[in-house]
Amino acid sequence: MSIVLYRIDDRLIHGQVVVGWGQPLRIGFIVLVDDAVRASEWEQDLHRMGVPPQIEVVFASAAEAAERLPEWEADPRPGIVLTGTIDALAALSSNSHRVKRINVGGIHHQPGRSERLRYVYLSDAEAAKLRALAAQGVEITAQDVPTARAVPLEEFA
Amino acid sequence: MSEPLRGVIVSHAAVAQALKSAVAAITGVEDALVSVSNEGCDSGALTARLTAAIAGQPAVLFVDLPGGSCLTSSIRLAKGNSDVALVTGVNLAMLLDFVFHRDLPPLEAARRAAEAGSRAIRTPAA
Repeated sequence: MSIVLYRIDDRLIHGQVVVGWGQPLRIGFIVLVDDAVRASEWEQDLHRMGVPPQIEVVFASAAEAAERLPEWEADPRPGIVLTGTIDALAALSSNSHRVKRINVGGIHHQPGRSERLRYVYLSDAEAAKLRALAAQGVEITAQDVPTARAVPLEEFA
Repeated sequence: MSEPLRGVIVSHAAVAQALKSAVAAITGVEDALVSVSNEGCDSGALTARLTAAIAGQPAVLFVDLPGGSCLTSSIRLAKGNSDVALVTGVNLAMLLDFVFHRDLPPLEAARRAAEAGSRAIRTPAA
């Protein structure tokens, strides 16, 4: 399997993804699943700026991601699939039935959310969505960087 | 220009605050720079911090890395705004130069600071 990390991070492509995870996992590509970024060349250019040239960046809508996931999984290079929201990765999981593990890397404060971990804030509804995913057999942990402890879902949702 | 430029240092963790303190310690200039950390921020929260730091004044944003959340939020904020210019790869040397050249237009000040910062990167023989 070529996708070594399915990550939820509302900062999308940033240092922890590219360097923190990308270096030790020796990734060859990042798939950013985000409808708004997919629709904007300007946003895509912005996100490419932080990625070294040897790492390919693929921008996909939710629908495209569900369709192309088998192709990315067959890629010989290790890759990261990244979404900014729980909903986006939950949809990908439901539509593909291929997501076995999810890394919650950063969901930050917004009205209606409460702090679960230093870098994870969830509303009750969002926590319930994660628990529902876990009930379907997906292993969910929170871990901002590889050297941190992987926190099991039951400790934060 | 009636108002001197504001420098906003945008960084991961506490780098920005440390650089601001170092500039004040070396120059005695206390009011030229504002520090912004991305700690605990999604892009919306970081944009709000940046907006508050700029406070509607002409400014140069000094960003730590040439990519990532600090840069993307800064570019979004500066887009189409000629009163805001950006420099990436912030270092102490460029800030020391900047605080004494705040009468320049933002883009010119940014270019000058970038040159000063670049000149400081060397590999001296030990």
